Amino acid sequence: MIEIKEVRKSFGDKEVLRGVSTVMEPGKANLVIGKSGSGKTVFLKCMVGLFEVTSGSVVYDGRDFSRMSKKERTKIRTEIGMLFQGGALFDSMTVEENIMFPLNMFTNMTSGEKQKRVDFCLDRVDLKGVNDRYPSETSGGMQKRIGIARAIVLNPKYLFCDEPNSGLDPRTSILIDELLSDITKEYKMTTIINTHDMNSVMEMGDKVIFLHFGEKEWEGTNKEILNSGNDELNDFIFASKFLKELRKGVQGSYGKDLAGG
Amino acid sequence: MNPIEHFGKYLMLLGRTISRPEKFSMYWKECFRQMNEIGLGSLVLISVIAMFIGAVTAVQFAYQLQDSFIPQYYIGFIVRDTVIIEMAPTLSGLVLCGKVGSSIATELGTMRISEQIDALEIMGVNTASYLVLPKIIAAIFIVPFLTIIAAALGIGGGMLATIATGIAPDTYIRGLHSWFVPFNVTLMLVKSVVFAFIITSIACYKGYYASGGALEIGKASTSAVVVASIAVIASDYFIAELLL
Ligand SMILES: Nc1ncnc2c1ncn2[C@@H]1O[C@H](COP(=O)(O)OP(=O)(O)OP(=O)(O)O)[C@@H](O)[C@H]1O
Ligand SMILES: [Mg+2]
Repeated sequence: MIEIKEVRKSFGDKEVLRGVSTVMEPGKANLVIGKSGSGKTVFLKCMVGLFEVTSGSVVYDGRDFSRMSKKERTKIRTEIGMLFQGGALFDSMTVEENIMFPLNMFTNMTSGEKQKRVDFCLDRVDLKGVNDRYPSETSGGMQKRIGIARAIVLNPKYLFCDEPNSGLDPRTSILIDELLSDITKEYKMTTIINTHDMNSVMEMGDKVIFLHFGEKEWEGTNKEILNSGNDELNDFIFASKFLKELRKGVQGSYGKDLAGG
Repeated sequence: MNPIEHFGKYLMLLGRTISRPEKFSMYWKECFRQMNEIGLGSLVLISVIAMFIGAVTAVQFAYQLQDSFIPQYYIGFIVRDTVIIEMAPTLSGLVLCGKVGSSIATELGTMRISEQIDALEIMGVNTASYLVLPKIIAAIFIVPFLTIIAAALGIGGGMLATIATGIAPDTYIRGLHSWFVPFNVTLMLVKSVVFAFIITSIACYKGYYASGGALEIGKASTSAVVVASIAVIASDYFIAELLL
């Protein structure tokens, strides 16, 4: 469980996060949604300490991350896996070396054990036969999978994903979502996913946090989201004219239009 | 940021590189990779340049000696000392600024902008240490060897050029044997170590703190080359002042 208490973050005099409080629950996919520029990436980076919070705190199972020595942070970092928006694979290494890197750096496994673990993780994300390729020789969807494999190789307790399915076709997106959802349940991880993909929200949003201009505008589950009564949220979900009309239609007018009005 | 702030930030980055490695073997591996990259990667370029510089020095000095009373074997003596004291370390340094400096700044800049550095940081790696230290150590170890090779080839190039001008090799070699001061070799090695440190640390600094988009990587790389070249030449002067 990760508790976020009144987190604020400013760059210069620009306040990007304006006091966000929430709880990320274990064994669940916690989704952070919001428009582009609403502060999702900054929020994620504040949680993992890539950005120092201006004020407030982030507490990992009782351990206050924002007031920790570097050494204690390193300890928590080995419990964190993260998938970056752009993949962030090491492009001087092969796929296998990428996934093996955390094992090489932080464990004393034998090369046989490492190989087994890498193969297991690659298998888990449904990738085979790409071990010796370089990241630039794989597709965007594959890079996300490789990123996930690298993120889970040390069995993290906390998994952070920044837009895991941006730039992917709907079918591949759903496969990635299912993968993340399965992994989360299987290993009881606390998973935090940034997304603006409504398919993901409906598919796996056990818990959804809606950020709007750096504030938590709404939180709830995917079952409640369509009837939140929150204007900003509705504006975000029903973004296209078509969906707006469709929504009105459900409430009456669209049906009339169709009927030949 | 003004130059003083840059310098402070640069020193702080260097301070952060000094820490206990998460795992020695990984740092070693990276060190060897860098030695390979820096050493083998620049060997041909530096060799070619050194040969020509030695040759040019010889030809020009032979030209100046024409119709003078200075014996011809002075050519060997002059080429040897010019190459050892100044040409081999400084020109290698400048060539490495362009080659190694820009490639390090580009590599780290790319890693920064594509979030690879963040990815390492999240894993719990001390990125300042892991990405910078092996490069500095590798350069400090390998650049003196490159410089020695450059000096040898420079002197060889001088000899070829002298033969081509019609002066007997023995004359040139007699010059090489005259008034040899071992300290000059020490000076050359001191210079090469200092330059190696300057080039890699400045390039790492520029790349590590690159921000923005792909355009910034190019800028970081250019600025690494510019700043490192100036620093190399300036420190060349100060080393000469201090040690001569
Ligand atoms: N390092 C930074 N320095 C200054 N401002 C920043 C920095 N990083 C982000 N911002 C600002 O913070 C705001 C939120 O950015 P953020 O990247 O978190 O958006 P996002 O919700 O992740 O958007 P997207 O969906 O497009 O990824 C933006 O206005 C951005 O300009
Ligand atoms: Mg983002």
